[in-house]
Amino acid sequence: MIPAGQDATEKKKSGFFSRLKNAVAKTRDVLNTPVEEIFTLKKAIDKSTLESLEMALLGADIGPATTSHLIEKIRDQASRQGLKDAAEVKSLIRNELLKVVRGETAHPVSLTQKPHVIIIVGVNGVGKTTTIGKLANQFRRDGRSVKICAADTFRAAAVEQLEIWGQRAGVEIVRQKHGADPSAVLFDALKASKAAHTDVVIVDTAGRLHTKHNLMQELEKMRRIAAREVEGAPHEVLLVIDAVTGQNGVQQAREFTKSAGVTGIVLTKLDGTAKGGVVVAIAKELNIPIQFVGVGEKIDDLIPFDAEEFVDSLFE
Amino acid sequence: MFDNLTEKFQRTFKTLRGEAKLTENNIDFAMHEIRVALLEADVNFKVVKEFIDRVRTKCLGAEVMTALSPAQQVIAFVRDELIATLGDKEARIVYSKNPPSVFLIVGLQGSGKTTSTGKLAGWLMKNGHRPLLLSVDVYRPAAREQLAVVARDVNAKLYPGEGVNEPLKLAKAALREASLTGYDVLLVDTAGRLHVDEALMQELSMLKRELNPSEILFVADAMTGQDAVKSAAEFHELLGISGVLLTKLDGDARGGAALSIRAVTGQPIKFVGVGEKLDALEQFYPDRMVSRLLGMGDVLSLIEKAQETFDLKQAERLQEKLRKDEFSLADFRDQIQQMRKMGPLDKILGMLPQIGPMKDLKKANLDERELVRTEAIINSMTERERNHHQIINGQRRKRIARGSGTTVNQVNQVLKQYAQMRKMMKSVSGGLMGGKIPRNLSQFLPKN
Repeated sequence: MIPAGQDATEKKKSGFFSRLKNAVAKTRDVLNTPVEEIFTLKKAIDKSTLESLEMALLGADIGPATTSHLIEKIRDQASRQGLKDAAEVKSLIRNELLKVVRGETAHPVSLTQKPHVIIIVGVNGVGKTTTIGKLANQFRRDGRSVKICAADTFRAAAVEQLEIWGQRAGVEIVRQKHGADPSAVLFDALKASKAAHTDVVIVDTAGRLHTKHNLMQELEKMRRIAAREVEGAPHEVLLVIDAVTGQNGVQQAREFTKSAGVTGIVLTKLDGTAKGGVVVAIAKELNIPIQFVGVGEKIDDLIPFDAEEFVDSLFE
Repeated sequence: MFDNLTEKFQRTFKTLRGEAKLTENNIDFAMHEIRVALLEADVNFKVVKEFIDRVRTKCLGAEVMTALSPAQQVIAFVRDELIATLGDKEARIVYSKNPPSVFLIVGLQGSGKTTSTGKLAGWLMKNGHRPLLLSVDVYRPAAREQLAVVARDVNAKLYPGEGVNEPLKLAKAALREASLTGYDVLLVDTAGRLHVDEALMQELSMLKRELNPSEILFVADAMTGQDAVKSAAEFHELLGISGVLLTKLDGDARGGAALSIRAVTGQPIKFVGVGEKLDALEQFYPDRMVSRLLGMGDVLSLIEKAQETFDLKQAERLQEKLRKDEFSLADFRDQIQQMRKMGPLDKILGMLPQIGPMKDLKKANLDERELVRTEAIINSMTERERNHHQIINGQRRKRIARGSGTTVNQVNQVLKQYAQMRKMMKSVSGGLMGGKIPRNLSQFLPKN
């Protein structure tokens, strides 16, 4: 019992949960609901308990549909099993959330194929380039050889930004000139990686709104090129979602999955006050695992997703 | 599943249409639907609650107006309240009495500050100003290079500040440069930062003290969820922001953050970003946004756009043709060419009210290349065919398909779209071409 407890504390210390706590503690929480109170008090469940719970879920961006689904479940259980107090409600809702959100222990997965091709996709400004820098660094640290493919040929200075991250991680960038066809850059990168027996190729793509039909088709094309050049590629397609994203995140996940075949999610910018609850709605509808969370701007600020920590943080 | 707030509102009001008068019951129903719609749109839950409370009170206290159906009454209250929340007129851009004016651009990482700074420079130049651009983002890799590229693309002057890596020093130097060389606005692009990052927030405070900006624009992503209130409130408390620039409104995000931010800061939304191109920045008109939310479409913006691009004489000719029901395939082709001049199709369609025949038009999911194909198909028709679409039989369709490198199916599609277009043009011609905007709310309610 005791060692397990210690373990848990240590885990918390290193996790984003505690970092989050520190970060949030600094700020005066402008519109904070005293959610924690409803769980700490040993009081009977009443309408106000459920209301505060609903507010907490809505406030975490879990969305009205998923929230009312969860609240219905609680109400149902409360009347059938006779939940006694708020603590029981908490453990019930925790379990319900954990059923939906699953983490997949990050590190890939068996690298059966060389090169292992990972395409990073997402809307503008979510942190794709930064995530790639951090991810490349992790692979390097694990002794893998890595190449980054600079297929964001659209945004001003995107390649320059990537090059700085490449230097930090000690990874080579395959690039072409601004405005080049992203699929052509991908082709180059895969060819070079095959020749050099590179373990992992991480592909940066331009941020795009999922409503832009042509740009989404461009991703389909990149997939085709990857599949043609390397067997089983892309082996992973990671969708980067910014923790501040609201319900539009579900639509993003839907569309990117349709065009790019998303295999996992990276949830970035969790070091702010946003909870990133939209991934619950995403996981519920599309059953996509969350692989990593981004918790800062430093190169080691990308950590494996921990479903339990995440769920607990929703009620912080 | 509802596509957007607009549709949700419309469904709600459709359900209410059958009812004879406002009762506590149907008010409850309407409020519930509106609440869910606003939450789906990412309006902060507290803001939603207050909003609903206000509308409900108005509905309950409403005098029975025989002229309006319950649906119309509720829509009117919602509309009034939305306008009250978003502000009833467009916000003014503030310049200082002694140039150069300084605009400080602030916000979270990835909200779109750098791109917006470039767009603002373009907007200022179009309005007769001489902006000087400066990036004080010494943290994000290649951030300053990005602004340099963006500045070059809009032909604006950038203060390079090479070798200087302190935001304050850069700011002072650029301000001096602007005064000496006659730039009247200094646009300062700052590093993205979290509102919980004390050190970086202090840096903004210092920049503000040093530069005494006339505008502090908080750049916010339209896709932001519930957290929008927290970040906006923190930035506002520390800096006293003067306005909001809402970005990425060209996606399908419902933009509820606009309502939330306005509610917690009281500051107006001044600009909206509507595309990746550097001219895709527009001033924000609250009434138009409300109309859009309520399904009336952004007809005013559309007219403005149309006025910018449409050849007036041609428009008059077209109106005449519409009146006489002589809208031919050749006119259809002209329309397509005009439309392509106005900008990306999805943007234009987004401005139309999502009702009646126009709703189907949006579902048609036209894309740019389809327009090119359509043009090719019409080009492959004979003059007679273009003027008399009735004569296009199977044989002719085959020939047209061959000539344009398409299939008979695609030719059929174009003819169908043409028929739809005829129908649509007839229904909007009163508003769009005649410059007459219907004021009666009932005209905007779904008819079926």
